[in-house]
Amino acid sequence: MTRPNWLRIERREALTPWVVFSVSFAAIVAALLAAGIFFKGYGVSPVRAYGLIVSGALGNKVGLAETVRRTIPLLLCGVGLTIAFRALFWNIGAEGQLLVGAMAAAGVALFVPLPEVLRLPAMLVAGFIGGGLWALLPAFLKVKLGVNDVISTLMLNYIAAFVMQYLIQGPWKGPTARGFAYTDKFPSSAILARIPGTPIHWLTLILGVVAAVIAFIWVARTRQGFEIRVVGENPDAARYAGISQAKVILVAMLVSGGLAGLAGVGEAAGIHRMLLAPVKLSAGYGYTAIIVAWLARRNPLAVIVTSLLFGVIMAGGDVIKVTLGLPFQLVNVFNGLILFFLIGSEIFMRYKVSIVWRRS
Amino acid sequence: MVDQADAPVGVEVPAALEMHGIVKRFPGVVANDGVDLEIRKGEIHCLLGENGAGKTTLMRILYGLYQPDDGEIVLHGEPARITSPKAALAHRIGMVHQHFHLVATLSVQENIVLGLSEGTGPFLRSRATRARIERLAEEYGLQVDPAAKVWQLSVGQQQRVEILKALYRDAHILIMDEPTSVLTPQEVDSLFGTLRTLVDDGLTIIFITHKLDEVMEVSDRVTVLQKGKVVATVNTAETSKAELARLMVGREVVFRLEKRTHEHGEVVLEVSDLHASNDRGLPALRGVSFDLHESEILGVAGVSGNGQHELSEVLTGLRRATKGSAILEAKDLTGCSAREIADMGVAHVPTERIRVGTVSSMSVRENLILKSYRSPEYSRWMLLDEKAAQRNAREAMREYEISAPHDGTSAGNLSGGNIQRLVLARELCGSPRFIVAAHPTYGLDVGATEQIRQVLLDQRDNGAGILLISEDLDEIMQLSDRILVLYEGEVMGTVTCDEANIDEIGLMMAGSRREEVGL
Amino acid sequence: MSWQSWVISTFAFMLSYGTPLLLATLGEIFAERAGVLNLGIEGMMIMGAYSAFVTAYVTGNPWFGVLVAGAVGCGFSIIHAVASITLRANQVVSGLALTLLGLGLSGVLGRPWGGRPLPNTLPEITIPGLSKIPILGPSLFEGHSLLVYIAILLVPVLWYVLFRTRIGITIRSVGEDPATADSLGVSVSRVRYLSVAFGGLLAGVAGGYLSVSYYPAWTEGLTGGMGWIVVALTIFAFWNPGMGLLGSFLFAALYHLSFRLQPWVAPELLRALPYLFAILVLAFVSRGTLQRKAGAPSALTIPYTRGQD
Repeated sequence: MTRPNWLRIERREALTPWVVFSVSFAAIVAALLAAGIFFKGYGVSPVRAYGLIVSGALGNKVGLAETVRRTIPLLLCGVGLTIAFRALFWNIGAEGQLLVGAMAAAGVALFVPLPEVLRLPAMLVAGFIGGGLWALLPAFLKVKLGVNDVISTLMLNYIAAFVMQYLIQGPWKGPTARGFAYTDKFPSSAILARIPGTPIHWLTLILGVVAAVIAFIWVARTRQGFEIRVVGENPDAARYAGISQAKVILVAMLVSGGLAGLAGVGEAAGIHRMLLAPVKLSAGYGYTAIIVAWLARRNPLAVIVTSLLFGVIMAGGDVIKVTLGLPFQLVNVFNGLILFFLIGSEIFMRYKVSIVWRRS
Repeated sequence: MVDQADAPVGVEVPAALEMHGIVKRFPGVVANDGVDLEIRKGEIHCLLGENGAGKTTLMRILYGLYQPDDGEIVLHGEPARITSPKAALAHRIGMVHQHFHLVATLSVQENIVLGLSEGTGPFLRSRATRARIERLAEEYGLQVDPAAKVWQLSVGQQQRVEILKALYRDAHILIMDEPTSVLTPQEVDSLFGTLRTLVDDGLTIIFITHKLDEVMEVSDRVTVLQKGKVVATVNTAETSKAELARLMVGREVVFRLEKRTHEHGEVVLEVSDLHASNDRGLPALRGVSFDLHESEILGVAGVSGNGQHELSEVLTGLRRATKGSAILEAKDLTGCSAREIADMGVAHVPTERIRVGTVSSMSVRENLILKSYRSPEYSRWMLLDEKAAQRNAREAMREYEISAPHDGTSAGNLSGGNIQRLVLARELCGSPRFIVAAHPTYGLDVGATEQIRQVLLDQRDNGAGILLISEDLDEIMQLSDRILVLYEGEVMGTVTCDEANIDEIGLMMAGSRREEVGL
Repeated sequence: MSWQSWVISTFAFMLSYGTPLLLATLGEIFAERAGVLNLGIEGMMIMGAYSAFVTAYVTGNPWFGVLVAGAVGCGFSIIHAVASITLRANQVVSGLALTLLGLGLSGVLGRPWGGRPLPNTLPEITIPGLSKIPILGPSLFEGHSLLVYIAILLVPVLWYVLFRTRIGITIRSVGEDPATADSLGVSVSRVRYLSVAFGGLLAGVAGGYLSVSYYPAWTEGLTGGMGWIVVALTIFAFWNPGMGLLGSFLFAALYHLSFRLQPWVAPELLRALPYLFAILVLAFVSRGTLQRKAGAPSALTIPYTRGQD
């Protein structure tokens, strides 16, 4: 490819945090501008729409609570995904792992005889293990049989959703109202407390933040984290150094799925207090978390910020749906655009583009 | 047009190719710094220089793979802008690369025809193409089966395909980039014969090399490059190896290192009847047996692809042997994992120091503990001990003269020589008893090469048994106490360094057993 | 149900459900042979489905709808091409973003169109003579749209193009060893762009077929994950059009047969079977050694930059 003489493209020598931040920021701004076109298409001024999103999501108590509510599962899933991505395992299955976690928790909540005081802890454990196992499945398939991780995790999302659908319409069916199926309400010992007046189930929120911190330390400072980083940065060198890529992937996926499972417990036991249709339980958190993790550049601590950002977007999506009558699917379009601009902008992190003024 | 060779002495023949004032910069280095080159029609012109002198960069500019930052190219008296290989080929300039540009899964014919737009539309004129290829092959002694898939061919045959590709496109100027690095001495002779035939037919050949013997044997003129600048252009007949060496390096070149003769010690590694397969499932090692002693360097000679790579991998736990054993201190290495072997104190300096030996995005400090991070020295409970790693890094950087701003610098920012120093520092700490060193000085400058070879000799003096795998016969001859030759996965023979004779080793590399060669 | 009617219905379903799978798989084979992994098939298919439906509804001509679907799929895939080829972004994530965008966009734009019946669908044809063959006749040669047969005919054509023409050599070389292709004057970018666009075209047509012939209808999420199954089928096909035909039809047949289990298995679980099949298919096919001998194009998912050794 020949380049015009006035454009110079050079490889960057060092990647400073400033470059990462400014390029990512520019990408988001570009996405906002592109999405603005859509708003224009619906006859709404983009400025007004964005203003509504921000003020609706952050400007009042109800909106803020909604934002945090959305942030919690994004945070948990996002932290898990940063770990999976670090090990170069494309875990697109956080959505399914979340659902399985919810199912495991529901099973414990409704059908397992336990002393009541143990019920909630048992649900959390069950959710973690459920999600973890659901993630170990594709991990095993990749490690032992070389099965493509993207497809296997994705397929398992659909399978999990159908299994859940089966459960709530079949063996676990509770009272039916207006044609929607769901299970019985969880007993009071099986629900996660919320901050009064809000949908924020604070225990899972705390778990999420703690997970982010622990994950950060784990990856940066421990032996296992070292192994994960080597495997992710250079699998050939990892093999040469005697690091078992298989073991690393399995551990990483167990954790990733487990955290997503916890998010599922949060939704089931904290928000809905029952198990219901998959599309109602999770508003695509597992998929959105991919963007959350990507924007955080696979840094678990940064996920705290990026999950909040997308919490705002989701809460804002609700706001504009109600006040402007725009479809909620616009959020997906928005997210897709952000992701595109993000990955498209990465080339600017590797190369510096400058304009050369040539004197003739 | 009259060739220089035919013109009466003293008459200047118009140059086939001129390059004036070529400048090419990369981040951190000026590869070509105002290079002037003049190539006459019908000559074999050598570009001589060490690794990093700028020879390949210059030719890549000529072939359109790079664009010069400054300077111009003049072809047959007309200035030319060569913006891509396609343009170069249109100017009838062809290039045979050091690492062949062949698509392994396609056939010879498909490779030759790739990128051409002849024939009716999108269809292949199979028969006509095949006939033409066979004619060219016959004419220049480059026989090869057009229907064979490239991955099935030997290295020498693949090179023929590369040459045929250029000839098929009516190349008049042929650039050859270090063509002999993958050939046996006999194949080199065959290649030189082909080159002379081509030149007799009117082609012009530019030959990149760092080997003085070749320059003296085959070229008409030679241009010497050093650190991106032209040092001199001389007629080969009027110069000598010593003079060229001096021009190339700028000082007297030491051809022999300080090597103390040793009695080697006890057997450290006993390899018996080793069999292994390569990545394609074909046998790569077919019954290899040898002993390695303490205080000994055993050089493994042979053209790449005859099992050396698989041998190094089996001995370091990166590949399973299908049969046989390799006993190190009463333990059979063939049943151990890479981790276990590393823990046993076996050092492995891998062929690909960047792709396999280091993690480019991680720091020097972390790369130095790539294998030792598990030991209690660097980790307590599960946490890594940053301070210990830092101390280790500072010491290693001092001892091995690794040049980097600080221990937190990314390994990817280091030069080739420093990366290799890093690998050595990591592998050689703890005085290993057995070292596998694969192509340890490949692609490094003279300074780094000397230092690393001396390090290996020092380790040998300290009692280590070293298996040295190298394509550089000079290196093998210099460093080894004994030399073992591999051909198609079998040992053709083992000689001590006193007995070693390069012609006979060459014959063994090409498949004759030691008994037949008459040693 | 008699076994004959089961066989007939299975074969018929094999052709009708298998066709969109086949079309999209053929397209993805070309894209991946050139070295570009396009996970946005789901997005391209659904955008194709939406645009075909709307076009057919508004113009009254379903074939025109299919045409537009192809163009839309093609255009959509260009976004992925720009991101992964020119901007050298991560191809996995780019494909995912494309799917997200496609699902979202079609959901947003398609809202007013849900539930409306399409007056003019692709006509069903009957092949005279062949349709009289017992069992095979009514199932294979009757009641399918022309598009089905076009898709089947594409298979040998595309096989020939890929393995016997200059274009095919060029595409394959770009996917195996772009550096070599580049050094011979092949424009790696251009070949990749064209291959991805071709893949998008076929994916769009596949989606169009769904909304204008197979169902025919438009609802949000019409494709139901079919695009992901196509990715699995591409691997199953070993990047070979002929095997793609086998894979698509086999998959469709198995899916249909699984409904025989209805008396014993709950309907929701049955609906999960295709996705399970996809995983099983991959599990059998992805063994390490298998991949070496007849494996993925070596440069798949790796962006190409000239001059980087």
